[in-house]
Amino acid sequence: MATTAAAPLTIAGRDFTSRLILGTGGFPSLDLLESAIATTETDMVTVALRRIDAAGRTGLVEVLDRTGVHVLPNTAGCFTARDAVLTAKLAREAFQTEWIKLEVIGDERTLLPDAVELVAAAEQLVADGFIVLPYTTDDPVLARRLEDVGCAAVMPLGSPIGSGMGIRNPYNLALIVERAGVPVILDAGVGTASDATLALELGCDAVLTASAISRAEDPVAMARAIKLAVEAGALARGAGRIPRRLYAEASTTPEGLPHFGA
Amino acid sequence: MTTISLNGEDRPLADGTTVAQLLETLDVPEKGRGVAVAVDAEVVPHSAWDATTLPDGARVEVVIAIQGG
Repeated sequence: MATTAAAPLTIAGRDFTSRLILGTGGFPSLDLLESAIATTETDMVTVALRRIDAAGRTGLVEVLDRTGVHVLPNTAGCFTARDAVLTAKLAREAFQTEWIKLEVIGDERTLLPDAVELVAAAEQLVADGFIVLPYTTDDPVLARRLEDVGCAAVMPLGSPIGSGMGIRNPYNLALIVERAGVPVILDAGVGTASDATLALELGCDAVLTASAISRAEDPVAMARAIKLAVEAGALARGAGRIPRRLYAEASTTPEGLPHFGA
Repeated sequence: MTTISLNGEDRPLADGTTVAQLLETLDVPEKGRGVAVAVDAEVVPHSAWDATTLPDGARVEVVIAIQGG
């Protein structure tokens, strides 16, 4: 779907005023997370689920309730459709939400999605009434398959999770955007503000980022930078950029140029 | 005596212990917000925590929201 700055982002019937979804991973403290949520003015943040004895009482739930953001639980760490589906069901119970960021990882070193397991899990979760937002590769065909099984959005990566490598294949992202009938959310690889702007300029409807903000030297300053970057990208996309040319095109007319003789 | 596996570790319990009673022994947030329970790979809804007893040998997973994603 094409981004226009004026129209609000709508996913599965829910309107969003912000086109930035914040991942909560990696923040050195809950205070910094809470400041980043306030600074980005995001409407939705991700959380993960882990065994309670390892996690302990985190205080995270209290922060999220205080800020009033929507919670988007994820299935981070799942390697099979079976585990991802069960984790999604636990998340639905924990937060009383049908929304799930579906991650099914196929490789530990790159954390790249397992396409086969991902589609299988998405299909099962959609059938069970979930609103599924799948983290996917930047493969336009896979994005289409995920849309076909009923996902509410597709969330292609720009580059691997936490890599900060930006958008490695803008051509693929543009192809996904061109064909998508659901919102496209850039979901991994943002390293700094310009990466987020590029995503919106390419036509992505939103950006999800965690590490770029949470692991920055000054997370709150970066939160503001990326918030503005997302807004800038959406505005630029809607404004319609000039075509790229090989040669110069003068911005000043040659007419009326004075002649000074030989 | 009943022995369950709680998050991968054996835990002895009195016979007839419910999910709700088990959670009272853990530091769970009020009303279990951000917490979910699976017994033998089936989710136990909050509404069933009081009524669900844990059988001997049950594999119980109790999860809580953490920062991630």
